[in-house]
Amino acid sequence: MASFAITEAATAAPAGSRRGAPRWLIAYMYILPATLIMAAITYWPILFQVYMSFTDYGLRNLRFDAPAPNFVGLQNFIDLITNGITVIPNFSFWGMLAFNLFWTFSNVIFHVTIGILIAVVLNTPGLRFRGFYRAIFILPIVVPTLVVATVWRNMFDTDYGAINQGLAALGGLFGVTPDHFHIRWIDQIDPPIPGIPLPLSYFALLITNIWLGWPFMTIVATGALQSISKEYYEAASIDGASGVQQFFRITLPLLRPAMIPAAMYGLIVTFNLFNLIYMVSGGGPLRQTEILVTTAFRLVNEQRLYGLAAAFGIYTMIILLVLTLLTNRITKATESYV
Amino acid sequence: MTLAVPRRRRAFFRAGWGKQLMLQAVLVFISFTVLFPLVWVVSMSLDPRNISRPTELTLIPPGASLQAYQEVIERPTSNPVTLFQLAFNSFGLAMGVSLGSLGLGVLAAYAFSRFHFPARRALMIAIVAVLMVPSVAALAPLFVFLNKIQISSGDFSFNLRNSLLGVGLALTSGALPFAIWNLKGYIDTIPKELEEAASLDGASPTQTFLRIMLPLATPALAVTAFLGFLTGWTEFVMSWQFLTNPENFTLAMALWNITGQYAGNTPWSKFSAMAIIVALPVSVVYLSLQKYIVGGLTVGGVKG
Repeated sequence: MASFAITEAATAAPAGSRRGAPRWLIAYMYILPATLIMAAITYWPILFQVYMSFTDYGLRNLRFDAPAPNFVGLQNFIDLITNGITVIPNFSFWGMLAFNLFWTFSNVIFHVTIGILIAVVLNTPGLRFRGFYRAIFILPIVVPTLVVATVWRNMFDTDYGAINQGLAALGGLFGVTPDHFHIRWIDQIDPPIPGIPLPLSYFALLITNIWLGWPFMTIVATGALQSISKEYYEAASIDGASGVQQFFRITLPLLRPAMIPAAMYGLIVTFNLFNLIYMVSGGGPLRQTEILVTTAFRLVNEQRLYGLAAAFGIYTMIILLVLTLLTNRITKATESYV
Repeated sequence: MTLAVPRRRRAFFRAGWGKQLMLQAVLVFISFTVLFPLVWVVSMSLDPRNISRPTELTLIPPGASLQAYQEVIERPTSNPVTLFQLAFNSFGLAMGVSLGSLGLGVLAAYAFSRFHFPARRALMIAIVAVLMVPSVAALAPLFVFLNKIQISSGDFSFNLRNSLLGVGLALTSGALPFAIWNLKGYIDTIPKELEEAASLDGASPTQTFLRIMLPLATPALAVTAFLGFLTGWTEFVMSWQFLTNPENFTLAMALWNITGQYAGNTPWSKFSAMAIIVALPVSVVYLSLQKYIVGGLTVGGVKG
């Protein structure tokens, strides 16, 4: 904050400035190019989106000399949340939102837990080959998600995928015939666990995203672990605390300030993980693993219902706004912790 | 790091042989799970045989060859477009997004960090708020809006929506909030003394910016430029929705094209070769920059 005081003093002193242009004008000139681009290509379309969402804007309105779309009031907004979308079979806004939230939280819980555990293991004093493991564990972060998603999609293929072949090879060691490993990861409709309405493709997506997500959490946790003073552990071990006690009483509480913001970031990223869902499961089977962003894309790309898509996009933005405000609140609330 | 640990604690914690072996076993297993998909893709890309039916897991397939790469280079998809053209488009798009978001972003970030002006806070909030909007949520209006910008005279016709320029503009605008936020965060940490000294010596704000600020911000500039490049290189949603001429297609689109609608039809070796061609260049750069990228992101995250 001290730095702001300096700027202010510097701003105040040469009120007119030696070179004529006042400093605020110079500042605006620096900001102008970015603002112009964003005004034209981000803010204006979002405003236009509000107008579109009240119309039945469709393919026929795209032509240059096309008539204006019909004003339909709140029809799009109402249709979306009352399952009035008949063009897409099995469309359920609330079911999709529930899945989207469950998908997000279940993934981030795995990411954070696994991330912390592996960071603690990697941080064990005297561990050999530490650098080697760190180098390998960074790989899921550096490979583009697009490529990861397409690769895992093929790995989950029923007939030729690496997962089923690997399981068959493993099963062969125990005398199980390969026929048992003809698992239809992506399109089996019956839920694998009776009573729990999650299709097998959810678990395929979960496996993929765990592979993708834990290394980031490990890096964050490693950074935080290295800043924990060793004296806490010394004192605890002198007092006779076991390793497990030290983990829960010292390590976890001191990791919290670093892990909470990382988890919040993870929540937003996972909530919008388009590539993974679109490319691995395609939202299937029967739209059971569809999330908001993949549906938004389908409404434009497949259905070409631009008005409806605009309304859907506005819902998505509102939901994200609420989610962001909530996570920011939690992050802020935990900042003072420790 | 271990050296700094006092002897007493080292004696207590230092992994004995049994613990060391157990931890190594766990870490080897985790490494295996991390490496498995990557090794699988490399292995598949080297497989010259019946490329539509991989029926066993082999590390180096019998008769390994680079044939799949050759096929991909000659004719990556069923569209009449060469790999060179795809790579050229992807590279151009990525460079455009990278340089565009960097150049516009660093100007704005400098002003936000160093100047006081009316509506500074409101403008910053307006820009950062866009960070949370996924581009796909505004896809419909963007499509309609860009589609309106058409020029046609005689044989020449141009539709901004159906062009790499349009996609590039949309991506640049989408990448700007992050670039501004990230660069401002870094510039905030640079001490002002140097600039003040330069200013006392009679340097104009522009001179200070060019001669003092830009050199000092090099690490953040490199990271922002690379992340912008990555955005363009791996972008799928807008290019898939906007572009219809095969000559404008990108590598990312071709990769999804090769994957096909049904995995049963995938030409597996070609797909794998393509996946490696798309991933390798950016992955290598990411790997060399990862310290700065992940460090910067986590610091930024904590700062909020």
